[in-house]
Amino acid sequence: MNALVAEASEKEKVIITEKKMVTGAQGLLLSLLEEGVDTIFGYPGGAIMPIYDALYDFADQLKHHLVRHEQGGAHAAQGYARITGKPGVCFATSGPGATNLITGIADAQIDSTPLVCITGQVASHLLGTDAFQETDVLGVTMPVTKWNYQVTRADEIPEAIAKAFYIATSGRPGPVLIDITKDAQNAKFEFEYKKCKRISSYYPVPKLNEKAIAAAAELINNAKKPYVLWGQGVLLSNAQEDLKAFIEKAGIPAAWTILGLAGLPTDHPLNVGMLGMHGNYGPNLLTNECDVLIAVGMRFDDRVTGDLKCYARQAKIIHIEIDPAEINKNVRADVAVNADAKVALQALLPLINENKHEAWLQKFRDCAKIEYEKVIAPEILPTEGKLKMAEVMHLVSELSEGKAVIVTDVGQHQMVAMRYYNFKDTRRSNITSGGLGTMGFCLPAAMGAKVGAPDRQVIAVIGDGGFQMTLQELGCIFQYQIGVKVLILNNNFLGMVRQWQQLFHQKRYSFTEMVNPDFVGIAKAYGITANKVTQRETLESSIQAMLDHEGPYVLEVVVEKEDNVFPMVPAGDSVSNIRLS
Amino acid sequence: MAIEDYQIDLGEEKTYTIFAFTENKVGLLNRITIVFTRRHINIESITVSESEVKNVYRYTIIIKTTYAQVEKLVKQIAKQVDVLRASFYPEEETIFQEIAMYKIPMSSMINGSQVEGIVRDSNARILTVDPHYIIIEKTGHSEETRALFEKLAPFGILQFTRSGRIAITKHMKDLSTYLREQEEAYL
Ligand SMILES: Cc1ncc(C[n+]2csc(CCOP(=O)(O)OP(=O)(O)O)c2C)c(N)n1
Repeated sequence: MNALVAEASEKEKVIITEKKMVTGAQGLLLSLLEEGVDTIFGYPGGAIMPIYDALYDFADQLKHHLVRHEQGGAHAAQGYARITGKPGVCFATSGPGATNLITGIADAQIDSTPLVCITGQVASHLLGTDAFQETDVLGVTMPVTKWNYQVTRADEIPEAIAKAFYIATSGRPGPVLIDITKDAQNAKFEFEYKKCKRISSYYPVPKLNEKAIAAAAELINNAKKPYVLWGQGVLLSNAQEDLKAFIEKAGIPAAWTILGLAGLPTDHPLNVGMLGMHGNYGPNLLTNECDVLIAVGMRFDDRVTGDLKCYARQAKIIHIEIDPAEINKNVRADVAVNADAKVALQALLPLINENKHEAWLQKFRDCAKIEYEKVIAPEILPTEGKLKMAEVMHLVSELSEGKAVIVTDVGQHQMVAMRYYNFKDTRRSNITSGGLGTMGFCLPAAMGAKVGAPDRQVIAVIGDGGFQMTLQELGCIFQYQIGVKVLILNNNFLGMVRQWQQLFHQKRYSFTEMVNPDFVGIAKAYGITANKVTQRETLESSIQAMLDHEGPYVLEVVVEKEDNVFPMVPAGDSVSNIRLS
Repeated sequence: MAIEDYQIDLGEEKTYTIFAFTENKVGLLNRITIVFTRRHINIESITVSESEVKNVYRYTIIIKTTYAQVEKLVKQIAKQVDVLRASFYPEEETIFQEIAMYKIPMSSMINGSQVEGIVRDSNARILTVDPHYIIIEKTGHSEETRALFEKLAPFGILQFTRSGRIAITKHMKDLSTYLREQEEAYL
């Protein structure tokens, strides 16, 4: 029994020291404590009531946040996990509670976020009878979890939880779900906890293949135009410094996927920018010019590669990736290094030669100059007309000195936030829904991130559309006074869809214009300080006021209705066909 | 090099046998079939039974697809937490069989000797004789069990069933060697 557990409430202490007999519900909470959990996002209901009842006695050790919708709970747990690197924990009841978690679980699965979701289930004798609030949660979540398990006996709980934490966090992280029947929550058993250190059928940590490392080093040392693409794998393995050391030694330009953002400071001279559909000009264009492409902890998503038939065909490809199923999935690797990013980069470092690729780097700078003149300058420094998202983000970046955590939703504002926020802090500083592109992710995820990193400035950047998908979490933000700053970039449109309609559907704006409520009024009704800006003159002071405010704050900025995000690689097109306008 | 180049080389559709060795866990069959359904791939046949190692189950899954595709499918299967090992082989590399059963009405045995002749010539055997029907069993490749079906059809087939393919590889090392190697390849 560890100290934490021994310190449980007086009532617990008696149970533990004398008999160690606990209910399944208590056993679950003791198991969570054993795993170092101190934060839970959740929502109660019939089938999980024994757990909530037990939680009443653990309230000082397990800080539970009552979200306003289970989707918010899952996203909050994601935000918490993404910022802390620890698994996010969420609770939901059976049936509708569990199904409301699905979007968040699917998002966590595709973005490799460790989650432990606990759902209550009807009593085991009712399973399969279409009992009240019974859903086949195991079946429903199977395609979107790394692992799931149904507990029907109290004494299975410690082992199931230990496995859940081990699986969620090891190898390529991901969400797991434990469904616990109500009778298992109520039954008594003798509690004993053993952490899970291995599972015989599960091999999360590959042994480094020295031959592959040597082959990679040789390719890199002989390359004239090497190019690094990094993804979230770098952040997940805390390899930020290793990435920096590696590219600095070999003088290699490096570009990021949106989940890898802030793995290197934005203004690092070798950080050439963002990949993909709305990424920077050079990083996309020059993908088809490099001779050795070194992919680190990324999975060649179609939003990054565009048309695979014309993607980096001239290049030799080195793929450093912990998940063997990602290797050769979309892009065939010439050298596959099945390893954790940190382990691989550390092994490579002594084998690579010091180098400078000045002429090659200059090509990126030339492209950056073109992009700056054609796109960036007019976006961030307009002097007339309606406010632009980019100038807002540029100011937010300046005023927060590039040190904030930026959490984004999905749409134009997301791309703009990533393009124009100048990240200086390489601790996990960017949280976004990349793989699933989940509107409604931002507000609860930012809330979870702020709970996980209360000392950091956390800014939620949201469109008027996405905000309305999960704005109920303002209730949770208010109740627990979670000091997240919410920046709504309001263009009165589902902007990203409208952009596609403009460019590819002859401006047929089919159901993308929005008549919006008074966002400031909504925030105020929730007891949250709020302000609205429409003029350039007051933009800076309004942003400053938001940043300076203690506690939660909502700032609505009314921006140009029909702005487009450029550059753009049209869906399914080659990265070489990136458009500047 | 993009995957497309690879698919042109190895993009020919063939019959592949996938083997998966797994723990005996509730729901695992579902997890494995999801790998196929998600990619809109039809499973020709699937059989599951305990393997030579106690508590380790062997899945034998037959699909028609390309090398590039089967390679990805097997990695997705291997990735499931409760899967010990997954691998795939082209048809030539396996010895395979399936079992078929045919139920024909006793009335058609008026020409009994004819049926008996077919059974004998087909290397099949009569499993059960009942006053109302007889049941014939044949083990072989699907072409052979199908051929017997055609021959028996004129006598009236009341029921016909095939087990789906089971297979053994020609070269595969024994499972415990593989498992040891797997352990060694990982920390
Ligand atoms: C749950 C969900 N539904 C639909 C979409 C499709 N979608 C992608 S971006 C977008 C528009 C987002 O509009 P808004 O939140 O106002 O942000 P903006 O693009 O205007 O910045 C839509 C509808 C999605 N990504 N997620």
